[in-house]
Amino acid sequence: MTAGGWAGRLAAIRPRSGATLMEVCGTHTVTARRAGIHSLLPEDVRLLSGPGCPVCVTPVGYIDHAVALCREPGVTVATFGDLVRVPGSTSSLERARAEGGDVRVVYSALDALELAGREPERIVVFLGVGFETTSPTVAAALLEAADRGIDGFTVLSAHRLIPPALEALLPPGDTELRIDGFLAPGHVSTIIGVEPYRFVAERHGRPVVVAGFEAEDMLLGIDALLRQLSGGRSEVENVYRRAVRTEGNPTARGVLERAFEPVDCEWRGLGAIPASGLAVRPELARHDAARRVDVEVEPSFEPKGCLCGVILRGEAQPEDCPLFGRACSPERPVGACMVSSEGACSAAHRFGRSAR
Amino acid sequence: MIGGRESDRRVRLAHGGGGRLMRELVRDVFGRAFGDGGEPRVLEDAALLETGGAGRLAFTTDTFVVTPLFFPGGNVGDLAVNGTVNDLAMRGARPLALSVAVVIEEGFAWDDLEAIAGSMARAARSAGVAVVTGDTKVVPRGAADGIFVNTAGVGIVPEGRDVSAGNLGPGDRVLVSGPVGDHGVAVMSRRAGLSFEADVESDTAALNGLVESMFAASAGIRAMRDPTRGGLAAALSEMAEDSRVAVLLDERVLPVRPVVRAACETLGLDPLHVPCEGRLVAIVAAAEADAVLEAMRGHELGRGAVAIGEVREGPAGRVELRTRVGGLRLVDLPAGELLPRIC
Repeated sequence: MTAGGWAGRLAAIRPRSGATLMEVCGTHTVTARRAGIHSLLPEDVRLLSGPGCPVCVTPVGYIDHAVALCREPGVTVATFGDLVRVPGSTSSLERARAEGGDVRVVYSALDALELAGREPERIVVFLGVGFETTSPTVAAALLEAADRGIDGFTVLSAHRLIPPALEALLPPGDTELRIDGFLAPGHVSTIIGVEPYRFVAERHGRPVVVAGFEAEDMLLGIDALLRQLSGGRSEVENVYRRAVRTEGNPTARGVLERAFEPVDCEWRGLGAIPASGLAVRPELARHDAARRVDVEVEPSFEPKGCLCGVILRGEAQPEDCPLFGRACSPERPVGACMVSSEGACSAAHRFGRSAR
Repeated sequence: MIGGRESDRRVRLAHGGGGRLMRELVRDVFGRAFGDGGEPRVLEDAALLETGGAGRLAFTTDTFVVTPLFFPGGNVGDLAVNGTVNDLAMRGARPLALSVAVVIEEGFAWDDLEAIAGSMARAARSAGVAVVTGDTKVVPRGAADGIFVNTAGVGIVPEGRDVSAGNLGPGDRVLVSGPVGDHGVAVMSRRAGLSFEADVESDTAALNGLVESMFAASAGIRAMRDPTRGGLAAALSEMAEDSRVAVLLDERVLPVRPVVRAACETLGLDPLHVPCEGRLVAIVAAAEADAVLEAMRGHELGRGAVAIGEVREGPAGRVELRTRVGGLRLVDLPAGELLPRIC
């Protein structure tokens, strides 16, 4: 479809009073910015970023904990590259590594497991950050470590669940919510299915559309949301049927449940949300870095002036932050939203506020 | 502030990533140290020196720390020769002679050293340039990682060629000699700890022959770069910044092999940031674009040449992309430690 095609198609179906949509997931944030989707939206349709960037919603105390761990003799911190540059209260994993801390970038939890197998004299701490898409593979690594007796493999879990975060964005009885509809991440639904979003459509009257991650998938999702809003409907709709089954993936959920249990958990911007995090089960305590390695973690504080939290609630755009592009840039990030490749600020900085 | 006192500052891997931090390091440390006080000096990839005779002398140097040393399509030896030949060629120079200096770690396999030297010799022969001097150091185990290779080169810029990053003007066309990102993905595919297979070879090649056939076709070549560290994005942004213009690219015609695109998706990279070692991007006057493109396609190393965009008036250094779905977005410089030790 040509440029006129998508822009024209969306303009033709937009609700008369405009609409404010939220893409919940960081991968969608990146796709939208990378494909210039904002430049194709009608003037009065806004697309905000939500709390679905794992690195962004992880509070600074977690980074401080990881920094303390990597400085501990005999401990290796294994992590996805994204986390290396996230600022902690006074340091970062990147700085701690330059000062001699043992931090290694891996591309999966299984890479970290193999690392622990190769270097049995060390305790390898894998930084478990991510939603329902990534946590099942970390769960599988935990179970495999227990199974194969790879004693040095541990996880510092900051895994989180998406539906409780949406619930936190939709306080009961709230009628002034600025968000008219949600674009839900397809890969999370490959695991959890579409049922867990039902409450958003039915109790809160907001349509939810599960969409894939190609630019066209996302445009189809936006198209479906606008059609529902124009027609006065609020339903859970799946436009990513080639990957998402209604019931999700029960096997992956089973693995998840064997390794993790839900706990209350603190989110940057959203505060404490009941049963929104995943902790390593007590049976696997030997592989839980929080229990296994005792370190002193410095007192944590969030950077001054950083609007990450407000942006994660959809109450501001990255460009609204006084630090954006000035004191805070991908080279010298102040907040996590500027570091993570999925962060709203990083995506906005890299791909720009779209010109029309 | 997290940065701490100035005296606590340390060089991070990100300072070598080819992005903005590296530019700052080069400008603030070396530019300042070698400038004559006051404003830091601009350091080009290859310096042009007046000789008093016919043509100008081009002089450049580059150090190669790629890991692994042997990768699909090449090794550190041909990479080091081609890289320096290309730095000369991108200024319009005809390479004359190279030096090769190596730092070898104690215990390095003799066979590997011979293989690397053999590749250097073949690459130099194929580029038509002589290796005329060199240096060898051996350091204790652990003081280097296998082998580090430095090459320097001199060349002559024939009269009438004016190729510089400051020459871009609105309306000029942007040409690329073939698919981008092959080298970066080929090297990454062989990295320990990276579990992906990509059936792609490094594009490492000397581009001086291609450049000569382009100049034979037209004098309208304004600027050239080989998009190494930082990829096409950094090469275009630097040129656009020097010329105080903007660039608009069209994603629909941008050549990226499907296997490279897939690998980039997996690794979370933008193909526009991934290095090439045998491609060039040329900025050419609009009226000359077809002639230059035809000349490129007539050369073995330019068969896949395509016009991918144009120079526009706009904020200095701004590179934008018209995406496949018709949207418009910014193409930024890579930030931080994207692909350490890729060349």
